[in-house]
Amino acid sequence: MFDSSSIIVGLEIGTSKVCAVVGEMSDEGVLNIIGIGQSKSNGVRKSEIVDSPAAEQAVRDAIVQAETMADCEIHSVYLGVSGGHVRGFTNHGVHPVVSADREIMQDDVDDAVKNAKSVNLPAENSILHAIRQHFVVDGQQGVTNPVGMLGARLEVDVHVVHGVTNRVHNAVRAVKGLQLEVESVVFNGLAASLAILTNEQKEMGALVIDLGGGTTNYAVYADGIIKHTGVLAVGGDHVTNDLAFGLKLPLGRAEALKIEHGSALFDETVAGQEITFDRDASGAKRSVCKEHLQRIMAARMEETFQWIAEDIDRAGLLNYLGSGVFLCGGGARIPRIADLATQTFGLPVSLGRTNCISGNKAVLDHPEFATAIGLVRFGSFQQSKPAPRNPITHTVKSTLTNLFRRG
Amino acid sequence: MNIAQNPNLSIRFFGVGNAGVAMLNVILARELPGATCVAINTDEASLADSNASEKVSLESKLFRGMGTGGDPERGRELAEEQFGQLKSLCEGAQVVFVMAGLGGGVGSGAAPVLARAAKDCGALVIGFVALPFDLEGARRMRQAERAQEALREFSDGVVCWPNQKVFNLIGENSTVAETLRSANIRMADGVCGLWRILARRGLMDVQFPDLCGVLRDAHAEAVFAAAEADGDNRAGVAVEKLLAHPLTDGGEALKEARAVLVGIAAGSQLTMAEVGKVMEAVNSRCGDARVFLGAAEDESLGNRLVVTVVAAGAGELEKVEPEPPAPVRRRVRTSADQPGLLDGEFLEKRSTPRPRSRFVAANPEMSQDEVQQLAERRASGSTRGRKATNKMHQGQLPLEIVSKGRFEKSEPTIRDGQDLDVPTFVRRNMVFN
Repeated sequence: MFDSSSIIVGLEIGTSKVCAVVGEMSDEGVLNIIGIGQSKSNGVRKSEIVDSPAAEQAVRDAIVQAETMADCEIHSVYLGVSGGHVRGFTNHGVHPVVSADREIMQDDVDDAVKNAKSVNLPAENSILHAIRQHFVVDGQQGVTNPVGMLGARLEVDVHVVHGVTNRVHNAVRAVKGLQLEVESVVFNGLAASLAILTNEQKEMGALVIDLGGGTTNYAVYADGIIKHTGVLAVGGDHVTNDLAFGLKLPLGRAEALKIEHGSALFDETVAGQEITFDRDASGAKRSVCKEHLQRIMAARMEETFQWIAEDIDRAGLLNYLGSGVFLCGGGARIPRIADLATQTFGLPVSLGRTNCISGNKAVLDHPEFATAIGLVRFGSFQQSKPAPRNPITHTVKSTLTNLFRRG
Repeated sequence: MNIAQNPNLSIRFFGVGNAGVAMLNVILARELPGATCVAINTDEASLADSNASEKVSLESKLFRGMGTGGDPERGRELAEEQFGQLKSLCEGAQVVFVMAGLGGGVGSGAAPVLARAAKDCGALVIGFVALPFDLEGARRMRQAERAQEALREFSDGVVCWPNQKVFNLIGENSTVAETLRSANIRMADGVCGLWRILARRGLMDVQFPDLCGVLRDAHAEAVFAAAEADGDNRAGVAVEKLLAHPLTDGGEALKEARAVLVGIAAGSQLTMAEVGKVMEAVNSRCGDARVFLGAAEDESLGNRLVVTVVAAGAGELEKVEPEPPAPVRRRVRTSADQPGLLDGEFLEKRSTPRPRSRFVAANPEMSQDEVQQLAERRASGSTRGRKATNKMHQGQLPLEIVSKGRFEKSEPTIRDGQDLDVPTFVRRNMVFN
């Protein structure tokens, strides 16, 4: 157990693929990716499991592959979740400082955070993450640690990511069915941003868009903290479906044409070009107009970005994205996707690179793996979180905690 | 009471046979003023129980006090023997109600004889006859049919009460006594309603010829129903009850009727609005039938409102057909509905459920749905004309949802009222040439 405690596994059950990434924490606290496993996903729609047995099989395949590559045994995972039901919103908490000398104590801070966390969620929903934002002391913005300051009124914002409990548990159940423990469930958009953004980018403000197969997750950083998250249950599947519908093709053919000829922007040079392919085994030929294909695809991608831009604009964060937009997920591979994003957001756009973790660069530098790598990173934060003030007691405590958590 | 009575009208009620006497007893309990009641039976005990003012025992030495034994021929012979006495009882009456339960010996045999006697005296003869339960067997049903035809020959109108309808009114666990009482009360309601139309001085009079007009040539298809209600919305409730009455088949009977007579009676506060409400409901269902309206006040009703409807059906059709349609249908139902009940060993075997002359086609091929529909219609006791059965039944069209391709099973993604699962180019109305 002590050996495996330095092994951190991120598991993402995506709509198009299941991906397991194994990371190892060195004694110095450096995270190193030692294994990766992926399999074609089955029984997942819009990032939610609709067919448990099929999804479990896909997860098993990915885990086995990761175990083989990392040459270790996987006991527990950090599980990424997403879906149309996951929402993010920011809640405000206020706490009046009552002590005579007006000095803000830790209790006051805790109370303020507690107030902010007490949000009115529907009964069937539960909180995935509650991310504390900067404090405001008597109107003074941007206070990171108010303990010891003087003030009468302590305010704090908490960004809450929540989802429908049962639907989150569908994924957890599928993993537990494979005799794997779930250390924690993490929102995919959050994980992707952890993998891609450097601290400087977080400080300057950034938008990370994970263009997945079934959903598009996004997270906004400003001033070094998460300000906003969201899910749009539209993804690559929708593009395929649109093409199948518009060009009257079977889904499999539409998917193949999307990968081969797709583009996020309509390219004038392809006007009039025909794509010819064998219709079936009989050898009959069929052709579709490449212009139509690209127009249908461009319309969907453009709309997706517009929804996200609108949502972020509504949150008033569009002007805080100093370092621009980062794209990841399989959708980031679409040709000219960055051009389209630049048009829509009016910001510098780059493909997200997981350059914050050491490991095999060639393997890691795929935008599809950003979420799973982010999950590992999230796990590494969790495991190294409590700064060891008193090393011995802490070790004992964390060991005990781990014991109970796993039991 | 007597002031309100129509002095020019003399009405006589005749109860023939056990069932007829039982019905008569129910009517007697209502104390209809100015009505003379006569009980006719072979059974001395039944006559002794009756409060009828006149009693005629048909017993004679002919059968040594053994009754008719369920043979209508014997009943007829006994009644013929007493024909003179029957005629004298009908003397001077303008309207004679003949109440009988058909299918047995006395009712089936004596009722037509009585009708003939009354006719000879120049009275208007109206028959109120109960047809046997399905479970009584096919032979009684045949006897009832024959008696009905004979009765029809001598009477101006015959109103049938298929006892089977009572099954729709009672619960599963009702006792036999309750069932019969319920049937008798319904019959009596109708008879009293009709009597009230004729005998009470009306606010809007129903003339005697009107009733003759409605019933003439209409015979077996005549349907009567009576409903009463009180309270604020008594007219509305009465109409509802009327339509719920098993004989009106939810208003179907009115639709097919050729002539309809509506009698509305209440205590002193009968308002025009109430009359209007009832007539509106009736008229809206009647089609092009002739409608006669009678309204009367009867203090004995107190706050209650009584609506009586007599609907006479397609007379012409009946004339063409030698068989009365209702019993024919009932026979069909007999064989299909309650095989368990019918197979009892104490009932005679039905050798020829249909007349030989009739060509019987094979059962039509029916889908599962149609079979179920038919079963339901039977269960609801619809014995109205063949028209009703043949009426086209438009099935419910299943709601067809356009498939959403691969997102069919997942939750739709709705943003600002748009379904994002629908392709963008479709929602944006992009045109590709």
